[in-house]
Amino acid sequence: MTADPGPGAHPYIPASVPGVREAMLRRIGAPDVEALYADIPAELRLTRPLDLPQPLASEHDLRRHVEALLARNTTTADALSFLGAGCYPHVVPAVCDEVNARSEFLTAYGGEPYEDHGRFQALFEYASMMGELLGMDVVSIPTFDGAQASATALRMAGRITGRRRVLVPATANPQRRSVIDNYVRGALEVVPVGYDPRSGLLDLADLHAKLSDDTAAVLVENPTFLGIIEEQAAAIAGMAHARGALAVACVDPSSLGVLEAPGACGFDIACGDLQPLGIHMYFGGGHGGFIATPDEPRFVTEYPSRLFGLTDTAVEGEYGFGDVAWERTSFHGREEGKEFVGTAAALWGITAGVYLALMGPQGMAELGETCMRLARYAAGRLGALPGVRSPRLSGIPFKEFTVDFTTTGRTVREINAALLDRGIFGGADLSEPFPGLGQSALYCVTEAHSRADIDRLADTLAEVLR
Amino acid sequence: MRDGHTSPAAPGSVRRFHAARWDEPVIFELSVPGARGVLPPRPDREVPELTPDERVPEAIRRRNPPALPELSQQAVVRHYLRLSQETLGADVNIDIGQGTCTMKYSPKINEQLARSPRVADLHPLQDERTVQGILEVMYRLDLLLREISGMDAFTLQPGSGSQAIFAAAAMLRAWHESRGDFPARDEIVTTIFSHPSDAAAAHVAGFRIVTLQPGPNGYPELDELRTVLGPRTAGLFITNPEDTGIFNPRIAEFTAAVHEAGGLCVYDQANANGLLGITRAREAGFDACFFNLHKTFSTPHGSGGPACGALGVRTYLAPFLPSPVVTFDGTAYHLDRDRPASIGRVRTWYGVPEVHLRAYAWIMSLGAAGLRSVAESAVLANNYLLDRVRRIRGVAVPWPDRRRLEQVRYSFEPLRRETGVGSEDVGRRMADFGAHYWTSHHPWLVPEPFTLEPTESYSPEELDEYAATLERVVREAYEDPELVRTAPHASVVHRHDHGPLDDPARWAMTWRAYLRKGRSGEGSGGTGAGAGSRGA
Repeated sequence: MTADPGPGAHPYIPASVPGVREAMLRRIGAPDVEALYADIPAELRLTRPLDLPQPLASEHDLRRHVEALLARNTTTADALSFLGAGCYPHVVPAVCDEVNARSEFLTAYGGEPYEDHGRFQALFEYASMMGELLGMDVVSIPTFDGAQASATALRMAGRITGRRRVLVPATANPQRRSVIDNYVRGALEVVPVGYDPRSGLLDLADLHAKLSDDTAAVLVENPTFLGIIEEQAAAIAGMAHARGALAVACVDPSSLGVLEAPGACGFDIACGDLQPLGIHMYFGGGHGGFIATPDEPRFVTEYPSRLFGLTDTAVEGEYGFGDVAWERTSFHGREEGKEFVGTAAALWGITAGVYLALMGPQGMAELGETCMRLARYAAGRLGALPGVRSPRLSGIPFKEFTVDFTTTGRTVREINAALLDRGIFGGADLSEPFPGLGQSALYCVTEAHSRADIDRLADTLAEVLR
Repeated sequence: MRDGHTSPAAPGSVRRFHAARWDEPVIFELSVPGARGVLPPRPDREVPELTPDERVPEAIRRRNPPALPELSQQAVVRHYLRLSQETLGADVNIDIGQGTCTMKYSPKINEQLARSPRVADLHPLQDERTVQGILEVMYRLDLLLREISGMDAFTLQPGSGSQAIFAAAAMLRAWHESRGDFPARDEIVTTIFSHPSDAAAAHVAGFRIVTLQPGPNGYPELDELRTVLGPRTAGLFITNPEDTGIFNPRIAEFTAAVHEAGGLCVYDQANANGLLGITRAREAGFDACFFNLHKTFSTPHGSGGPACGALGVRTYLAPFLPSPVVTFDGTAYHLDRDRPASIGRVRTWYGVPEVHLRAYAWIMSLGAAGLRSVAESAVLANNYLLDRVRRIRGVAVPWPDRRRLEQVRYSFEPLRRETGVGSEDVGRRMADFGAHYWTSHHPWLVPEPFTLEPTESYSPEELDEYAATLERVVREAYEDPELVRTAPHASVVHRHDHGPLDDPARWAMTWRAYLRKGRSGEGSGGTGAGAGSRGA
């Protein structure tokens, strides 16, 4: 029995052209395709066709079908959205999409540094531009997302120091925390560090109390998950170093035109998420993670990720790019390698490079200033509403801020439902992950928002809360 | 004129090729102070300036602007398009040389659909009522994969096969813990011809790794498996066919033996392309399996992601799946986060939905008969190619009497013995003809290996061309080995000096490190060993 390839050739399968399969079989001297499967025992063979929906072989029919499904989505372009919390609605320059849709990059994979020289160079340049932003000399090829980058940074710190405890802010992004907990289990103990309930900044007294001779690393988010600038970053790094621990900064790259580079604040490892750098949100599919360190063998040899370096070729003056310190990877040493490496998010690395090349130093500075100005304006507008505390925390917001509705007697859930009825996606509900903040929401504004957008939010909230 | 053909690209013959070579500077060298590539929007004048108290505090204010390059917009476009031309994507070559990677055609319609604003502009925290369309796509894909594998529930959260392996290992850990058997059961058994991550990612989850070697048939013997099973056995992570292309016909006895010892079995279906509609994980006794959607299910490889390792399990493992999972109550789709036994998260949000959508569209374009045609065509193409390649001088086929399904791991050991030209040399020379060629993952149990996986996407004429190109390079190796050893000659760049890449004093992973180490312009001229072949 062979499958009926249908009434004719399928566009994706050249061997389904009438006569081609038969000619190929004749060439290899096989009576039928079934003979090629003779090693699969009968009891393992599926004796019926797969029970799948009727195919939509015509491209047009397929498009109609999928577009009908997608029409049931309301997007952040249809509505007015103030959701952030780790996935951000920044402006995506057209050139970013042009480059990452280029078929050569899109369909490349594991080619060698010769025929795939362009892929290697684009990723080397990505790492180089991130290095400037972060103040670090080594940047990895992207990992899955910022959460994975943080988890790996902590495991690297554990191996480098030979210690087992890592200190993580109690305000850390809950998803990041969940990925870290799952990833470091059995290798590291994760200890939360408290925060000042008024400002939202890390509680340095609690940090001091929890630092020990078994502390491998102190992780800082900057801006914090609750949106504020952790102005004590350099002091925290200093405290970590004083106890022989490494300092790990998890940063939002969109802030680094105005915030000091982690490398210049004394951090040993910088990590974070690439999504703000020219990548659409894709319902959470636009993430890629970066890891960066100084150029010292004790760091470099602990990376699990690929690292691309610049080298010479047989022709003088020609640049070549290739893998650095390959033997540390699991590709080379299987379970003896550092963690594991494989497919992750390289296309987003190329895209982030394009974004940084377009923005330049001035664009990144303007981006940071604009986010801060709009966030302050929005926090102020909402704070003027009766019963609303905004910003809830006194720390300086970057592009997100907490809004406390407790005194209004309404829950965030109720308020967001009312906003949704009016075409607005309200801020992320913090009442479950951060019950200490009461009925608070995390609002996000970026350079993509206008003053009119913010005014509309404030006016609509006034109506909803009336 | 080469190989006697006169018309350009005569079907099935060796191509006269030269890669695009733009001699493109590193982007920093193109910088023009003051140039702008894009202008971000600025707040209107009525948004007040920040007061000194509202600005970035002095302690954390950026002192020196990042030394990013400054370019006009078209300069950026031109630079990156040149780099794209210097990249041999699957769309422009007969991409069968990256065996194990399943470099099949990624349909353009799926790309357009995935890039629609109706996907791109969705925030993952939107109210479920506003994302019913994408949730339905994810749920439907789950159902399709259940039928294709025989598993009972899928998570689409893992961002790759390796992350799926890690998730599966974390679930095995949780399963054994729930029965009081972890850490007592702390050994994962895998095979040397399974992907390196089957060992590495399971190790990260806290397991000791036991690796089986192939027996006389090209896969481990059942008796060999039995000797390593015992009270410490947590599970088996195995591919079938393994990267040799040989199907292990005793796989059901393998899974039964592991179950008898108290372990669970995870099927790495990286090599599933020849099996769609033919045989399934369930019937072979597996408790879990995963598919690389970027391999078998056609989503583009993206230079190395974003991707998806869709992980399916039987009902008894479903409570441990990463959170959340997409559910359907008969009227609406939901993200179920109330999963107390879940291992938690392996990735942010819900995986990579734009990849899920492409895979869904691909399956829907083919249906049951189409998927089976994919599998049969891939196996037929591989056997067609095998028939040609095994006749090439200098090529050995390990376990020559065994049948192959969708790929073959070959050996150029005879070629190396007779000419001194090894598999890496051949690979660099293949680049001169516009072809990808990959040696294989380490360790090289098969000496001087290379792995070809033709998939269903190429015509016999295209397979002929690849084989003819290999023949051509082999002939050169016998007649003029230096030509092959010093390759590439017609690719984007010439043979690398690999020395600096492994030397801490000279390696440079960023432009700033390169400048600091003062190597710019030194031009050592490439006297070291050639760069080794690297994998994916």
